[in-house]
Amino acid sequence: MICHFPLGRPLGVPNDAEFQTRLLSALFAMLDAQSGPVLETFETRLDDIAEEQLVCTLPPRLDPDEHPAVDEARALKNAYERAVAKHGNRVGVSRELEAADIPEAVQAFVRIEQGTAMDEAGIPGVPMRVAQDIRGYYQTAALELAEHSPGAWAGEDWFYNDTETGRLMLSVRRVLKDAGAPHAAWFFLSPGDR
Amino acid sequence: MTDQDIKNMVAQLPCPEFEAPAFTTAKPLNECRVAVVTSAALHHPEDDNFAAQDTSFRILDATRRDVHLGHWSPNFDRSGFAADINVIWPIDRLEELAEQGVIGSVAPRHLAFAGNQDESMTSIRLDSGPQAAKLLLEDEVDVVVLTPV
Repeated sequence: MICHFPLGRPLGVPNDAEFQTRLLSALFAMLDAQSGPVLETFETRLDDIAEEQLVCTLPPRLDPDEHPAVDEARALKNAYERAVAKHGNRVGVSRELEAADIPEAVQAFVRIEQGTAMDEAGIPGVPMRVAQDIRGYYQTAALELAEHSPGAWAGEDWFYNDTETGRLMLSVRRVLKDAGAPHAAWFFLSPGDR
Repeated sequence: MTDQDIKNMVAQLPCPEFEAPAFTTAKPLNECRVAVVTSAALHHPEDDNFAAQDTSFRILDATRRDVHLGHWSPNFDRSGFAADINVIWPIDRLEELAEQGVIGSVAPRHLAFAGNQDESMTSIRLDSGPQAAKLLLEDEVDVVVLTPV
């Protein structure tokens, strides 16, 4: 079954049991074929809906002496933990870090932005996996802050466009690229189109 | 946008062509045991993380809902799965269909591979893929829903 859905959502729409069941029913109906192979296209197309905005109120600054991204990451910990309690930790931290490690990891990327070499910045693990943990931490916290299921890519857009840490990660990516770092060192720190 | 860029890139990748694709007729759906096999690199918290281009698979216990998404690629939306496990692993939907008698039963074990593979997929085709099929046959699975990520 060819499904024109946003990448990462093979069942189409989160928290829409009717839609998901309709898709499964269409899949199972293909089993009635008496000859094959069978190739069909699902009747409903869901395009990338990145124009949808995820609106999350970010917490105010806790410590003005901290880098804004580090301070922001620290301030989101309660929202992250509430979201994990409600939804489970499906995309949040787990690859390299625990939630308590996130501010320190963000600080390591701050050092890179400020000129420290990547291998001397203190990134606590494989950089692209640490970057995924940071992104997952924010996206999980966003579930609690927004209290609705974001459209496809709306969570990513919010992180990279609207948060201090998201902007930091894109800045670090540019710094590394401009410094001639190996492609693999910077490219996978964010989605490719960034 | 992001999705279209990646779909355009993937469309240029070579895809195996089979001279004689396998086909079989299915028994009645209300007698079928159904499993999910996903390429989203899902795993339970105590399982080993997926390595980069990991060709092995993890077993998902149908009675549990605590799963992490261990995929290495940054190039897909994660927020849908963060909000609803069924958007990748439709385990609740299958249980509802089993309770309604639409499908026969839900398999006790479901499988997760990592979708970011080399183009040949040799190890999966020759090793872990057949191993996964053997496990599903042991559980008397009749139908598999593949959810690609």
